[in-house]
Amino acid sequence: MWLSYREAITTFHGMGLGAIFLLVFTGTWVLLWGLRSGWVTTVGVEAHRKLLAFGAMLMAIVAWLTVIIGTYLPYTWYRAKPPAGADLTQYPRSFLLANPKLAFLHSFGMEWKEHVAWLAPILATAAAYLIWRYGGKLAENAKVRNAALILLTLSFVAAATAGLIGAFITKAAPLR
Amino acid sequence: MNPSESNLSNGPAAAATLAAGIGCVAMGVFSTLSEVSQFVGRILNFYNPTGNLSGKTLVAIVIWLVSWALLKKRFADQEVNFAGILTLSLVLVGLGFLGTFPPFFDLLAD
Repeated sequence: MWLSYREAITTFHGMGLGAIFLLVFTGTWVLLWGLRSGWVTTVGVEAHRKLLAFGAMLMAIVAWLTVIIGTYLPYTWYRAKPPAGADLTQYPRSFLLANPKLAFLHSFGMEWKEHVAWLAPILATAAAYLIWRYGGKLAENAKVRNAALILLTLSFVAAATAGLIGAFITKAAPLR
Repeated sequence: MNPSESNLSNGPAAAATLAAGIGCVAMGVFSTLSEVSQFVGRILNFYNPTGNLSGKTLVAIVIWLVSWALLKKRFADQEVNFAGILTLSLVLVGLGFLGTFPPFFDLLAD
């Protein structure tokens, strides 16, 4: 089975980058949680510092790629206006709005997804900066470490909200 | 530990955290404004295929980055009340989430 160009891009946007984001989030969050001076040795702090900086930066980069690709490719196909008499299954936004049982997927779902998704890279970048800038000092500075953990978590919440809604919309009105 | 990490104040962390809150609330404010006001919605339409989402996101990102640069300069090498800054940032992030929530901006649009 071959994917069309639009299907391939949408899959890359939602499942490819989404899976990387989820995996990197989990690893980074757990490493950061455990970065405490009483829990790890000096050698451990140094090893964690490098992994954390890599994970946090990768997470931020993936979040930016996801929203930029999503906004400037699949979203433009999603909201394209159909010509008169067109097959609406090729125009997801119009297809959803034409069906009273599915219209909420646009009026609530896509309206929330397209906005909330953009909070994820802002929050992930702030977390990555804290992790990169403070590095091993996070083991001793609980306040900054907790702030980075909160920013990472909120970034994940924003991305997961957008991702979940995207999955429902794609199920009901896939881009072809 | 990096040499640059020693003697590092909490100012840069406070600046980045507060700027993230400002960026999120800017996204929420412009999401709501573009739904409430057709005029704002038209002004923010920088690129037709994406509609005003292009403008909302670009303006919010510029506000976030500019506020980060200004706060970084303001808090540089300072020890600030980090708990207070974090609380304020979380309130701003919360408002950002609220501003992107359709039932909220639909309520204001009605």
